[in-house]
Amino acid sequence: MNTSIDVVTQPVQSAAAKPARAYALSWKSPRAWFALPLALAIAFAIHLWASKGQPELERNTYSIFLGAVFAAYLLAVAVQIVWRGLQNWLDHMSPILAVAVSLLAIWEVITAGFHLLPMPYFPGPAGVLWNLIDDRARLLDSTLHSLLLLIFGYALGVCIALVTGVCIGWFGRARYWGMPLLKLIGPIPATAWIPLAMVLAPKAMFAAVGVIALAVWFPVTMLTASGISNTRASYLDVARTLGASESYLIFRVAIPAAMPNIFIGLFMGLGASFLTLIVAETVGVKSGLGWYVSWAQGWAEYGKVYAAIVIMAAFFSTIMTLLFKLRDRVLVWQKGVIKW
Amino acid sequence: MVGLGTAEGSSLRITGVIKDFPNLDDPDARTQALDAVSLSIEAGELVSLIGPSGCGKSTLLRLLAGLDQPTAGELCVGDQPIHGPSAERGLVFQDPNLFPWLTVKRNIQSGLVARNLLHDKRHEVDDFICLVGLDSFAGAYPHHLSGGMAQRAALARALINHPKVLLLDEPLGALDAFTRMRMQDEVLRLWEARGTTMLLVTHDIDEAIYMSDRIVIMTSRPGRVERIIDVPLERPRQRNSAEFMRLRSDILEFLHFAGQQTNGDLRS
Repeated sequence: MNTSIDVVTQPVQSAAAKPARAYALSWKSPRAWFALPLALAIAFAIHLWASKGQPELERNTYSIFLGAVFAAYLLAVAVQIVWRGLQNWLDHMSPILAVAVSLLAIWEVITAGFHLLPMPYFPGPAGVLWNLIDDRARLLDSTLHSLLLLIFGYALGVCIALVTGVCIGWFGRARYWGMPLLKLIGPIPATAWIPLAMVLAPKAMFAAVGVIALAVWFPVTMLTASGISNTRASYLDVARTLGASESYLIFRVAIPAAMPNIFIGLFMGLGASFLTLIVAETVGVKSGLGWYVSWAQGWAEYGKVYAAIVIMAAFFSTIMTLLFKLRDRVLVWQKGVIKW
Repeated sequence: MVGLGTAEGSSLRITGVIKDFPNLDDPDARTQALDAVSLSIEAGELVSLIGPSGCGKSTLLRLLAGLDQPTAGELCVGDQPIHGPSAERGLVFQDPNLFPWLTVKRNIQSGLVARNLLHDKRHEVDDFICLVGLDSFAGAYPHHLSGGMAQRAALARALINHPKVLLLDEPLGALDAFTRMRMQDEVLRLWEARGTTMLLVTHDIDEAIYMSDRIVIMTSRPGRVERIIDVPLERPRQRNSAEFMRLRSDILEFLHFAGQQTNGDLRS
């Protein structure tokens, strides 16, 4: 659901599917719908067998988790009778969820079941889930710290990059002086600046914000500048004959025309900011998910390491999804192929 | 409503205009696009410019729009020399060039936004949308429009500034034959309603005869005004009348003398 492809195909799918659907429960592909409870049942059986001898609390937590997924599934099946959107979602997601649950089961067989992988480096899913719940306060705190750093660093980087990108893209003089700098500084991985940033900044947090901003700055500047300078000349000509001033040309023609490019830069910058955030927290800042991972590693608590990685997956993909939603809203004029 | 004569046309005077461009192959040489072109157009006149590809028609239009500067010579609107682009000279290209990020309505009002007049003249926007018959598409984005609709939106966008001169660079060139004939009538209706001076670049001899008061024939390399032909036919014109046909064969014959293709369509 989080990818751009989905966002584009979703309406098409539902529009095409509508006429074929009856009002009430209709099993479009029953096998797909039954796959999830089947996978859950298998996973539960495997869990009961594999987790013998594991701590009671850990065992039960995972059992409850599998039960909760099953309950949520039953609820979804009930609600989809009146909510067609959920029905489409179930059709789409059932196989994926079933495979995900199966992978959890396989993981448990390999780790807790047959002990094929060395401990403590590879705990089973039950162990990771237990750590996720047991250490939730510290994980939440770390997530909030990471979020704060990410927001400040990303926002700062984007703001500066939009200004420099527009200037380099529009003004010949800014391009002359800016491009060599951009070409020289830009490709350096932002993490290489961490030692310098730690010396220069009064607090480690400022250093991290600065380094993340630098990581974001390069791709956003580059893509913004190229988008602005590639604005179709005829749009500018038309605007001039409509009486446009230079500020109109920049803000109402060149920047909107560069928007698709700018968003590519924003996506690239976001990826770079995740990487830089985690590295900065690992080596400098004393909080956040990156710090949590290296701290847990120090205590050889690998269950906590994986718990933090699970949080990162949810956290980063949520932010990515939000950016996709923003793009779809801003670039609504790009979408659609239907012609009247 | 956008009434009769709300925008009065201005005369155009082109005197000895020369335009050359740097030659891409040879940095020292210059390619001459226009050679001493002189032409006068009365206020409210509709004049067509025809000629083979590369005869400098579009170059001349860009000079009149103020998007390029001539190498020598003078261009005037009324008695004001042209120095740069201005809202009083509208330009419509073959490609409608609507801003794809704006809806039809916002495209049409962009001329007012650009001049900070939207607040005072907002009421005119809907009139112009009606004028080109796009009422039900005001909220649509350009990628939803057919070629003809997009071109009508582009016309409305150029007209909302009440230009004294409308420069049309093959505005109907990309349309199919039926849409094209309907659009010719629409442009004529707008012209008659508003009295705007129009200069129309076209490849289509029939279109030139059907629409214009005078036809200026240009020759290529370098571009020169070869001949100016009056079209004395009554409006509305019959595309198949004897006079129409005679004028058409005159022009074709002339172009044949000038050594150009004679199949009625000068595109090459």
